[in-house]
Amino acid sequence: MKIVLIQLVLIVVVVITAVRLLRDRGARTQAVRRLGLLLFAAFAVWSILFPTIWNHIARLVGVGRGTDMVLYALVVAFLSFTLTTYVRFRELETRYTKLARRLALDEAGPPQLAQAGPPQQESPHAGS
Amino acid sequence: MTVEQPAYTLEKAEQTGSGVRDTWVIIPMFNEESVIGDVVAQVLTAFDQVVCVDDGSTDRSAALAAHAGARVVRHPLNLGQGAALQTGFEYALADPSMQYIVTFDADGQHQIADAVGMVERLKAGEADVVFGSRFLDERSKPSFAKAMVLRAAVGYTNFTTHTRLTDAHNGLRAIRRPVLEKLDITQNGMAHASELVAQIGALKASYVEHPVHILYTDYSKAKGQSLWNSINILADLILR
Repeated sequence: MKIVLIQLVLIVVVVITAVRLLRDRGARTQAVRRLGLLLFAAFAVWSILFPTIWNHIARLVGVGRGTDMVLYALVVAFLSFTLTTYVRFRELETRYTKLARRLALDEAGPPQLAQAGPPQQESPHAGS
Repeated sequence: MTVEQPAYTLEKAEQTGSGVRDTWVIIPMFNEESVIGDVVAQVLTAFDQVVCVDDGSTDRSAALAAHAGARVVRHPLNLGQGAALQTGFEYALADPSMQYIVTFDADGQHQIADAVGMVERLKAGEADVVFGSRFLDERSKPSFAKAMVLRAAVGYTNFTTHTRLTDAHNGLRAIRRPVLEKLDITQNGMAHASELVAQIGALKASYVEHPVHILYTDYSKAKGQSLWNSINILADLILR
């Protein structure tokens, strides 16, 4: 079997991506995702070496060509990526909102008038 | 960056307003330096306690609000109006004598008399929450397109929550403490208005609507929501 240059490049890219994704962040709940990623990478390498596998799959599910099959898979993968990214950003936003709110409330001091007075007055030139 | 807080003492509180310090007026603000001083001064003629939540303004809003006599809580960065409201809620909740809060827009489109009327209805025990509505009478004059979008928004809110309202995106509201304690606004952007209604609906809190007059000045129109943003709000609500 003759390996073409593009196959080499693709394999290197897939492996590097997989390794990087596996190294990032650590939580037990992500184990499943990581296993899935490993399988995905293995399959990617496999399909680079034997591109005709996509034709088999395509025929199996009733799609004309393997390239079409790849495209459909990509659309689904991209959509799910967009959604999970959106969710993760929302979580991140919630976290830093809480952090910023805590900072703001601590800086403002307690609201009760009895204890009020000016909590901070060293910098009267606020704003700019 | 800190703000000069007014020397806000009991003495000063007794000079203005009713003298009963059980109500906080919460004003979220973002770059409102041209109007915020007047708005705070006006509110202070009827209420004793005003907190302006400065949502990372880059102008002198915070200093001017503090100078006018409001307490100022400053977000270190811009988070959105929903986040500012929730910050105001938590600030007011830190005051054990607080029984009622009013949310009030910084751009001067609300009337003090309406806010006073709404708190009176809370104090009369009419409901746990009083929502302002510009559609209960003919005083407010939104443009046709704005009225249509607002009607669609309230239709969506009524459909997805267990509430029957005529105006969902009105910044003037009055809320009793027990309800406030259970609210948790997570929509930082403008979708917080619908989220708030949804949470109140889920709490099965009693609510009434109060006719309010929205003054559409050139300033409030320029600062207000572009109609395009309603699409963003809808997306936020669906994808939450």
